[in-house]
Amino acid sequence: GSDPAITEIQPWMQELGEGVDARPYGTPSRFEAHVKRRNVEWLTADPVSSVNFTPLHEMEGIITPNGLCFERHHAGIADVDPSVHRLMINGLVDRELVFTMEDLARFPRHNRVYFLECAANSGMEWRGAQLNGCQFTHGMIHNVMYTGVMLRDVLNAAGVQTAGKWILPEGADASGMTRSIPMEKALDDCMIATHMNGERLRPEQGYPVRLVVPGWEGNMWVKWLRRIEVGDQPWHHREETSKYTDLLADGQARRFTWAMDAKSVITNPSPQAPLTHGPGPTVLTGVAWSGRGTIPRVDVTLDGGKNWHQARMDGPSLDKSMHRFYFDFEWDGKPLLLQSRAHDSTGYVQPTKNQLRAVRGENSIYHNNGIQTWHVDARGEAENVEIG
Amino acid sequence: MIGAAYMLANTMVPEVHAPVAETMGLTAKAESAPAPVPMVYALGRPATPEEVAAWDIDVRPDGHGLPDGSGDVWTGEELYIDNCAVCHGDFGEAIGRWPVLAGGQGSLTDDRPVKTIGSYWPYLSTVYDYVNRAMPFGNAQSLSDDEVYAITAYLLYLNDLVDDDFVLDQESFAAFEMPNQPAFYMDDRADTEYALFTGEPCMTNCAETVQITARAAVVDVTPEDEAAREARAAAHEAEEAVVEVAAVAAEPAAVEAEPVAVTEPAAAGPDLIAAGEKVFKKCAACHQVGDGARNRSGPALNNILGHPAGAVDGFRYSSVFQDMQAAGLVWTEDELAAFLTAPKTYAAGTKMSFRGLSDEEDLTAVIAYLGSFAE
Repeated sequence: GSDPAITEIQPWMQELGEGVDARPYGTPSRFEAHVKRRNVEWLTADPVSSVNFTPLHEMEGIITPNGLCFERHHAGIADVDPSVHRLMINGLVDRELVFTMEDLARFPRHNRVYFLECAANSGMEWRGAQLNGCQFTHGMIHNVMYTGVMLRDVLNAAGVQTAGKWILPEGADASGMTRSIPMEKALDDCMIATHMNGERLRPEQGYPVRLVVPGWEGNMWVKWLRRIEVGDQPWHHREETSKYTDLLADGQARRFTWAMDAKSVITNPSPQAPLTHGPGPTVLTGVAWSGRGTIPRVDVTLDGGKNWHQARMDGPSLDKSMHRFYFDFEWDGKPLLLQSRAHDSTGYVQPTKNQLRAVRGENSIYHNNGIQTWHVDARGEAENVEIG
Repeated sequence: MIGAAYMLANTMVPEVHAPVAETMGLTAKAESAPAPVPMVYALGRPATPEEVAAWDIDVRPDGHGLPDGSGDVWTGEELYIDNCAVCHGDFGEAIGRWPVLAGGQGSLTDDRPVKTIGSYWPYLSTVYDYVNRAMPFGNAQSLSDDEVYAITAYLLYLNDLVDDDFVLDQESFAAFEMPNQPAFYMDDRADTEYALFTGEPCMTNCAETVQITARAAVVDVTPEDEAAREARAAAHEAEEAVVEVAAVAAEPAAVEAEPVAVTEPAAAGPDLIAAGEKVFKKCAACHQVGDGARNRSGPALNNILGHPAGAVDGFRYSSVFQDMQAAGLVWTEDELAAFLTAPKTYAAGTKMSFRGLSDEEDLTAVIAYLGSFAE
């Protein structure tokens, strides 16, 4: 028969819609209300010191919309008034300085697209498949275009002394977030960002200023940045000792594991995004990234790794940014075991979870970049599984 | 300010050491290229010594940044019970999923390692620095230097690392070493992993058979989609409505009981309410009150005085509170005072781990403060 969507007049075909004054700051269609950040209640004691997850399975391309960028706070979202926010540079510098937000805007500005991944992304999966959905297994990541000033320009205004080998950025929130960062990185590509995707930083992403530490773990990207101290040695503060150190099977722990290694995940199909169309032409897609370069290649398997195919990379390929890949195939309606495997520009190939476990054990929490497996059954429903 | 940008010959930029740069994943610099002379933009203004002192509170393992002061274990115990035990437990064992602070020694190679200050943290300076900058949770930077010393000393005592006569000051700090310090080493992935995870991988006929070895659906800990949850809730609603109507019909008195005692706190002076707001900081890690207050670890407390116990919408109460609600208990000032004096005695089995308020003035003040959020 005929499709009533065509043969019947829909309300929006007949009636007038809202005027240009109805949505001065627009929001997505009401039919997209399910596209949102989600948290996992049992993970933490309280939402003010917790994390939520980017809905990767609902997104396309490589840019994360600002309202969907995952959040991680240690003392809630600081509600900072920019007119009384200051950035101080102190320590081993020739001139200890204070900047207003207006001062910062007078340094030369730069635009860069970078991913920010929490070191604990996929951390719940070390002991085996646990959370059913790429939002939960891989959603502690976002990828936006930052506008800001180079950290080196700000440090040079203060004049870093030769003994200054480390910096300690500090946040203005009630956790007073601090991390030690080596001076080489600070002077290389770090930024003090004021904007993301063309608009001011969102409060939950550090408004009015955050540090950008390309390719390195998200905890170092201090939000609500208020101070940078220059010193001759690292500070070994809470977030780089009791947290964000990687405990290995022998009881020893790696510290300063800053770089995020190459990783990828198939976002569709996945547990929250089943195949609903039945056999026939199917678009498989996902994202890949590396903290050490670009992603020239991603391999995809439909049969649990017996045979692999090179995926089609599409969209911009930028240093330390998210990349988009596709694999367009004819689904025969039989169960699938899907995996993706990223190759980065250094030649590093994303390992399996078991390869990682062989080196590190299962207690390290952080830096789990192992290959993810989805089992798709004959109905098209997907599940997080591990295979051997 | 065009023209104001200037260059300083003595502004040194530390050079990138190639081997270090490579292990850190930095872009390698061409050796022949001359190092660019940094542009220096004359922006900002000098920080005053007072400004630097106000913000520069960080402490390093070598003691750099430690203020003058001292604190002993027993002073620390009192402070800890008042300020920390509500989340971390009386012995550092933690309430709910708040961090465990004590114990766990020897567990780092276990299936479930317990990483605490005593079992894991490499430096004592980290304890002082973190307590000083971020604790108590929700009331950061409210402790004096001596109080931070004392709490730090008590945390060492809870971890069996010092005796009960221990006093922490700059001198004893300098002599102290944390037991797990040697277990930490610099990231070595470049040496231990990158060679293993490099090279052209197998593309065809890579495995004979593949089997599923683990399934997330079996673990079943994924949060449900809200739409699915609401659909199920709607299905249940019809049944529950029937049950509720029956309950109300049987016990109308319980619902209407004692809308009392709201007049007095409403008349409480602004000073008392302000004093209560300060006392409430002890509660603020778990409770919210005022505009937009939401349930946290504890229920939101708007409109609590003069209203039934255990009845805040959407909060999952312990069974003792469910029983109190069923019995029709109403939060009068007296009842609230009795509860807040000794929570665990008044309501045995309550999830609220707060030790209680011993100071009567604090008690009166915090109740007046809560009473100021009546509708």
